[in-house]
Amino acid sequence: MTTLTDDTLSVTPRAMRDELIAFAVMALLLASVPFTGVYPFFVMQALCFALLACAFNLLVGYGGLLSFGHAMFLGTAGYCSAHALKVWALPPELGILVGIAAAFVLSIITGFISIRRQGIYFSMITLALSQLLYFIYLQAPFTHGEDGIQGIPQGRMFGIFDLSKPTVLYYVVLVGFLAGFLLIFRIINSPFGEVLKAIRENEPRAISLGYRTDQYKFLAFVLSGTLAGFAGALKVFVAQNASLTDVHWSMSGEVVLMTLVGGLGTIFGPVVGAFVIIAMQQYLAGFGQWVTVIQGSIFVVCVLTFRRGVIGEIAHYFRRSL
Amino acid sequence: MQALYAQLLVGLINGSFYALLSLGLAVIFGMLNIINFAHGAVYMMGAFVAYFLLNLGGINYWWALLLAPIIVGIFGMILERTMLQWLTGLDHLYGLLLTFGIALIVQGVFQNYFGSSGLPYAIPDQLKGGMNLGFMFLPVYRGWVVVFSLVVCLATWFLIEKTQLGAYLRAATENPTLVRAFGINVPRMITLTYGLGVGLAALAGVLSAPINQVRPLMGADLIIVVFAVVVIGGMGSIMGSIITGFALGVIEGLTKYFYPEASNTVVFVLMVLVLLVKPTGLTGRAA
Repeated sequence: MTTLTDDTLSVTPRAMRDELIAFAVMALLLASVPFTGVYPFFVMQALCFALLACAFNLLVGYGGLLSFGHAMFLGTAGYCSAHALKVWALPPELGILVGIAAAFVLSIITGFISIRRQGIYFSMITLALSQLLYFIYLQAPFTHGEDGIQGIPQGRMFGIFDLSKPTVLYYVVLVGFLAGFLLIFRIINSPFGEVLKAIRENEPRAISLGYRTDQYKFLAFVLSGTLAGFAGALKVFVAQNASLTDVHWSMSGEVVLMTLVGGLGTIFGPVVGAFVIIAMQQYLAGFGQWVTVIQGSIFVVCVLTFRRGVIGEIAHYFRRSL
Repeated sequence: MQALYAQLLVGLINGSFYALLSLGLAVIFGMLNIINFAHGAVYMMGAFVAYFLLNLGGINYWWALLLAPIIVGIFGMILERTMLQWLTGLDHLYGLLLTFGIALIVQGVFQNYFGSSGLPYAIPDQLKGGMNLGFMFLPVYRGWVVVFSLVVCLATWFLIEKTQLGAYLRAATENPTLVRAFGINVPRMITLTYGLGVGLAALAGVLSAPINQVRPLMGADLIIVVFAVVVIGGMGSIMGSIITGFALGVIEGLTKYFYPEASNTVVFVLMVLVLLVKPTGLTGRAA
């Protein structure tokens, strides 16, 4: 079996330095967005998806597990946060926590079930589980079915930050994204992350070295699902609604597409991929279903000719780790 | 009781589609090591080809039953030659991603031209009407779908398990290099296998056209249920796929009668239960 990612690059102090410089550039660029006149709603939306894609990438790019149901964490956290904010009238920070907790519990349950099978079966199981949740949310009263939960109050974060102001909301979302990104960055570079990569490359060898690979994969699944939930909770404040779209399989497919375009198993790839795909949807919104056709074509082109993705190609060309 | 029998029949019909589709998935997976995410899309194409044949060419249902699987099968073989064959040796997941992309393209194109609403396809004259069986009223067409699917499934099983060609096929699944050394053209067999699997899906599409309307997204949700069926049954055995497909259809039908709220989810719930009790699937070897 060939590897998913470009592993001709070694992990060196220089690689770490390159990644930190890239992170600083990214953070500065994103922090300066409100001063540039770029539509902040677009960037906030892209940031939420970028975090989701990074969480997804943690599982597929470093654990080798292709989840085709990551929308279930996004949607579940979104519904629970939205419900907590609107019906229980909790403050924003607690609303986010409720969403994260829901995704955490869900990822424990679904991880316990899906991690029992490998490879292709794992993808089918996660897809089926997310479809199961889709039908449950379609019928459950608290999600309001096709309408979704609408008109969610944004409130004041920690009683100080007024989230109804776009600039304040933007920086709160940005801080949330950067925190999630740094956590994933830290996980990837930890001993845990190294073991995960070892399992991806050669599971039997990892087992023979004494690692309980199932436990590592389970933990990676829970971390990925919970972080995807964080993205879903943040998205509630941006979109001010929670709907069935976020739990649908097409959303899971979009997350896969973002990560594939940016580069599977690269640190910054999912962020770039999310911005590319969200921008594409924005500009092509008038073309109706052709957007689906274009997305499908991108899948085909990426898989056939461009498997490293944007960031993967750049990293490979300059022989840097990004 | 009438309603129970009616739901059982609906279950058997859905079971026929599950069996035909999961059979195709299993055959394709055996040879190509790819999970064909485009299976729902080619099922839909089968129904649409039947619709075009009737409305543009005046070609009736019986010819469509033969021609649609061939036309869609050729489409599948072109896909295999131009795209899928380049994935040999790559990680499993690229096959899933590529065929997912193909499914999006096909469904998107059809949605552009036909929207999301259904197109009607009339039941052929010979199969109209119904029979009174004493305990229930059986619409002839529905009975036909169940019987015909069963025959096709068994014929496929016979082809793969009992014929010379099937023996080559099974051998090539186990060890393609060795089979090539014996002078058998394995790449051509792979192409034909993909065509066969896709053709079976298209046949299911033609069968379903008069029952469910012809819609661009008719296969999109179905394929996810079929994935759950495949997880439950495992892809190791042809007969296993057939039996699991029909059995799950029946269970779904029974659920519609006894607890309709759960009819959408029962297959997925069963999948979870099977994974908890026997993680390798009912007929499965370890993946």
